[in-house]
Amino acid sequence: MSSFVVDKDGNKRYAVTVNVNGSDYTKVVKANTLLVNFLREELDLIGTKRGCELGDCGCCTVMLDGKAVNACIVLALDCDGREVTTVEGIQDGEDLDIVQEKFIEHAAFQCGFCTPGMIVSSRALLNENTNPSEYEVREAIAGNLCRCTGYVNIVAAVLDAAENL
Amino acid sequence: MYLPDFEYYAPDSIAEACQLLSQLGEKAKVLAGGTDLMIKMKNEVLAPEVVVSVKNLDQLKKIEYVAGKGVSVGALCTHNDLVKCDVLKEKYSSVSNAARQMANNQVRNRGTIGGNISNAVPSADLPPIFIALNATVKLVGTKGERTVAMEDLFTGPGKTVLAQDELIAEVIIPDQKMTGSNYIKFGLRKSGALAVVGVAVAVQVENNVIKDARVALGAVAATPVRAKKAEDFLKGKTVSDEVLAEAGVIASGECKPISDIRASAEYRTDLVRIFTKRALRKAIDEGHV
Ligand SMILES: Cc1cc2nc3c(=O)[nH]c(=O)nc-3n(C[C@H](O)[C@H](O)[C@H](O)COP(=O)(O)OP(=O)(O)OC[C@H]3O[C@@H](n4cnc5c(N)ncnc54)[C@H](O)[C@@H]3O)c2cc1C
Ligand code: FES
Ligand code: FES
Repeated sequence: MSSFVVDKDGNKRYAVTVNVNGSDYTKVVKANTLLVNFLREELDLIGTKRGCELGDCGCCTVMLDGKAVNACIVLALDCDGREVTTVEGIQDGEDLDIVQEKFIEHAAFQCGFCTPGMIVSSRALLNENTNPSEYEVREAIAGNLCRCTGYVNIVAAVLDAAENL
Repeated sequence: MYLPDFEYYAPDSIAEACQLLSQLGEKAKVLAGGTDLMIKMKNEVLAPEVVVSVKNLDQLKKIEYVAGKGVSVGALCTHNDLVKCDVLKEKYSSVSNAARQMANNQVRNRGTIGGNISNAVPSADLPPIFIALNATVKLVGTKGERTVAMEDLFTGPGKTVLAQDELIAEVIIPDQKMTGSNYIKFGLRKSGALAVVGVAVAVQVENNVIKDARVALGAVAATPVRAKKAEDFLKGKTVSDEVLAEAGVIASGECKPISDIRASAEYRTDLVRIFTKRALRKAIDEGHV
């Protein structure tokens, strides 16, 4: 993976190929490009939010090879050859995913800023564990801070989604 | 929040990684999960000119039991790898449980044990339980391999015996005479909080007599420390609530905590007293939990 070019400012730019939501994208980026900025600025996938940008809040959660990670502290170059799923990739074509439907049904968001990350974390949990306990749901979303809802409806939505997978 | 510029390498072998680190010297930093390094770079605490990503070193991602050696945990195993690993759950669920109490799910999916150890933060959650289990650390550099006891690895806050060209390759938990072990973390929240105090113990109990004990404390000194006076006191004693309580008192006298934003030194000292007693009781009654 060490193919790079030197741009007019003398910075090295590296070729990186990431499979995002099922399609391969090859871009030439600086080493300091974070996955969240790669998604938002190179691919226009702005569902993934930037909040604290320090790994605390979970707004930027995406799946990397199926596992929930904070895209604000992962280098795009570290994702070369790997699969990323963003909130945009969770729904199936025009149809919302069951987790998304249940978030609407349970009014599990207010301002909505934490919602993409919440949905990705919840989906990652349900992909591994189709019958989570309330504790396991809370553990899975503990790294996703919501300043509006108080979490009760979010937990109810995820448990309801699990029952209707 | 953007990162400063740097160059990036992702070597395909440990030898190549060590070679790079040796050539680049102080200019380079190893990148594993990035859950510490990326944050330090964003906060301008560190500004390496070169980042050496170890993502391709797949041989450091295994956890396996090797007869006669013990459980070998590759440095690039993530915290959630420890949480989910059947070998650990069966032999030392105390280690899986320590990992499960760390950070949050996203950070546990990225953060590695090598990063947690080489970071050498006094409050790091994994060193105490590894020290209690007498674990060793295999380091690999351009001049070859060496093995260091986990308790001898740390020399101060953020400081270890690692040379510039060395990588942590694996942690080895040797086969145990210890019959039980346990780690208690006290943080200010259940998730995403650093340890205010962490107490790890391992005990060998036969016919209700304590044959051997190790007590390792986190977040109460410049490095993780053993409470050796408490250990010596426990050896040969018959298990009783009074003995465990007295061990807690002795351990609390051995730590040198600081007061900071999360807790006062007095509070930390008292937490050591209580958690030493509780962790011993759990390890004695329930094994490696
Ligand atoms: C929100 C949040 C919560 C956290 N909570 C906790 C917590 O509860 N408990 C806790 O203990 N920690 C916690 N941390 C800290 C951190 O996640 C852990 O210390 C983690 O284990 C670091 O591993 P990493 O792979 O991400 O390290 P990196 O950031 O990749 O590296 C850290 C340092 O170690 C060096 N390094 C990494 N791997 C190696 C190696 N194999 N050989 C030599 N040097 C190496 C790097 O050069 C760097 O200096 C938290 C972090 C965040 C962001
Ligand atoms: S923006 Fe990534 S964790 Fe807050
Ligand atoms: S809905 Fe506003 S932060 Fe969660």
